[in-house]
Amino acid sequence: MMAVGLNQYLAVSAILLVIGIFGIFMNRKNVIIILMSVELILLAVNVNLVAFSATLGDLVGQVFAMFVLTVAAAEAAIGLAIVVIYFRNRGSIEVDDVNMMKG
Amino acid sequence: MIAAWAFYVFAAILIASATMVVTARNPVHAVLFLILAFFNASALFVLAGAEFLAMILIIVYVGAVAVLFLFVVMMLDINFTQLREGYQRYAPVGAAVGLVLLVELAGVLGGRKFFDGSPALRAAPTAEGISNTAQLGRLIYTDYIFLFQASGLVLLVAMIGAIVLTLRDRRNTPGGARRQVVAVQLARMPADTLEMMSVPTGGKTLGYLKPKPPELAPAHGHDAHGHDDHDTHAPVAHAPVEGGH
Repeated sequence: MMAVGLNQYLAVSAILLVIGIFGIFMNRKNVIIILMSVELILLAVNVNLVAFSATLGDLVGQVFAMFVLTVAAAEAAIGLAIVVIYFRNRGSIEVDDVNMMKG
Repeated sequence: MIAAWAFYVFAAILIASATMVVTARNPVHAVLFLILAFFNASALFVLAGAEFLAMILIIVYVGAVAVLFLFVVMMLDINFTQLREGYQRYAPVGAAVGLVLLVELAGVLGGRKFFDGSPALRAAPTAEGISNTAQLGRLIYTDYIFLFQASGLVLLVAMIGAIVLTLRDRRNTPGGARRQVVAVQLARMPADTLEMMSVPTGGKTLGYLKPKPPELAPAHGHDAHGHDDHDTHAPVAHAPVEGGH
């Protein structure tokens, strides 16, 4: 089964998630770092899914992890495309400048 | 024993590189640390027995997503020192939120307990003697085939969306590429661009097709009107080709 218990995997995953959320707060201006932080959060989710899948001996967790991976890849592509056109229009990628839609 | 040590080493590197991703001064370094984090996470997957996901993680994340990030970071000419402003201001808030979240997660995950009958409730129990990849393949292509197709659709939508978002119509910009419009070429009539010239020769009058002068320079057209035939012969050679298109 696994080399170490489930608790170690859950601890790693929790720390990874917290680092990702901390990164979103820290880099309030840089969209690219925020996107990377979102990738880290999704990676933490994947670690959780795989750890529970291996512990319980149920493969569905790994199938879900694969779908999470697919959605993460799509999200990265769309997010970076939006960053590129935003930079093309405004000349910067500062999040604070994003008020064109007056939302 | 060695596997446990490997787990701790990989987990430590994973967390350290994830910390560097969010704190690195240079975004290129952040992307490189992200790649390192993904490698170590895939090592953790291997230790958990999920080899296929580990390889997929390396191929998809390191091979595609991280390189995409690297492309964008290097392509955009961004003043990164300016983006670091407010770093100190937001750090306490972020640390507080992260600490609260960590305590809550520890409370939730530390107090968890598996249901006694959970082994009987497994949807797809792992089988002995079959590799992880083969098992996943059997599962994906049978029970989860529609979800699998739907994820392919998600990727298709993402691809088309990224293309539509970043595609620029550069026909009217000064440095833009000129584009071939087949319909305009097909609709072009000989009368639009050619005019009939009557050139008197010895016995009879023959017609020659001569390109019309460009509209922007009418003076040139007057000049070329009554010239001798070496001026008119050269366009005649390719005039039907132009008109026939």
